[in-house]
Amino acid sequence: MKIKIKINGTIKTINVKADEYLVDTLRNNGCVSVRRGCDTTSCGICTVLLDGAPVASCSYLSCRADSHEVTTVEGIQEEAALIADFFGHEGADQCGYCNPSMALTLYAMKRELKNPDDDEIRAYLVGNLCRCSGYVAQHRAIRAYLEVE
Amino acid sequence: MKIDSYRRVGSIEEAYELLTEKSGAAIIGGGAWLKLMPKTIDTAIDLSDLGLDKVTGLENEYEIGCMVKLRQLEKFTPFQMIFDGILIQSAGSIMGVTVRNIATAGGTVAGKYGFSDLLPVLLAMDAEVELYKRGRLKLEQFMDETGVLKDILTRIYIRKTEGRGWFYTMKNTAIDFPILNAAITSSQKGCRIVIGARPYKAALAKKAMQFIDRIEKPGEVEIIEAANIAAGELKFGSNQRGSSDYRRELCITFVKRGLRKVLL
Repeated sequence: MKIKIKINGTIKTINVKADEYLVDTLRNNGCVSVRRGCDTTSCGICTVLLDGAPVASCSYLSCRADSHEVTTVEGIQEEAALIADFFGHEGADQCGYCNPSMALTLYAMKRELKNPDDDEIRAYLVGNLCRCSGYVAQHRAIRAYLEVE
Repeated sequence: MKIDSYRRVGSIEEAYELLTEKSGAAIIGGGAWLKLMPKTIDTAIDLSDLGLDKVTGLENEYEIGCMVKLRQLEKFTPFQMIFDGILIQSAGSIMGVTVRNIATAGGTVAGKYGFSDLLPVLLAMDAEVELYKRGRLKLEQFMDETGVLKDILTRIYIRKTEGRGWFYTMKNTAIDFPILNAAITSSQKGCRIVIGARPYKAALAKKAMQFIDRIEKPGEVEIIEAANIAAGELKFGSNQRGSSDYRRELCITFVKRGLRKVLL
């Protein structure tokens, strides 16, 4: 079936299968920052923003995205670069596989939560796993990023 | 899991006709757990366009549309005033935000999933569900029914009841399914004790409820007795997350903690 979807500000008409998931549709349409991880909603690696809210694209049917707006890291490059700077400065970055999903989730969190405390930050990020850096340095980087106006 | 065709319907009647005309048709709810289904769906029916994605405050109850996301439930602050906010606690404990922005209240309830953290709480709150053709019925009755649902769960209702509430879910990690969960409430109508993830679907510990409700001023001795009754009357199973014996021991501990919280 055909869906009309706004990807990073550009409206596209795309043919998708009934059981195709958004992670595949996006990767097939040039958004290779969207990565497949566990494929069972557990790791958060495939996170994209759907109408501004973070969702696991491995478990979101592409048909459902019809008439909606999807944002990937390609669509927030300046903000992603800023987040990457904070991560690099705090030594919170190793293999980088989770970085796009972390950046998108942080981007959404900054807009959704007003002055979140440490527990709220951790709760928001509970579904975004990083298997190499641990979370302490990341947490410092996130706090610093959230303080930027 | 395979889907042959997908239909975003324009009316609930259209959804019902599609659902009943083909044996392989299914309402897909939020779709977060579709991959866990081994079967092929002939027609996946999507209710996204029917305005069923709102929580509405009525005079004596709240109406939750079946397409309300778990994240919406978690952020709906008036629920903080009912049974000590256990609905917010349970919705907020499910996986991560990226999943709670997909999974729906209706999908969770209609699926009667054993791993659900939401169902024990809704049962403990004595919620009702509305089916398109059958109308309203107690969630408790809906949960007891077996077989394929050839009706559409459209709304969930929660009364604005004054009372105490306690919810706990035990997981290996925050993004795992629970090993066991429990929801316990106390109101003028009495106590409700619900144990879920046994790993079977959530169920009321009715004998324990009757026991504790017969006692005018229950104390520690009666609470321990009620916990043992609950663990004895419910069936527990084993899977990779825990054995039936382990779950039975957890049940005793959870019921004791919950009853202390809502009664003492």
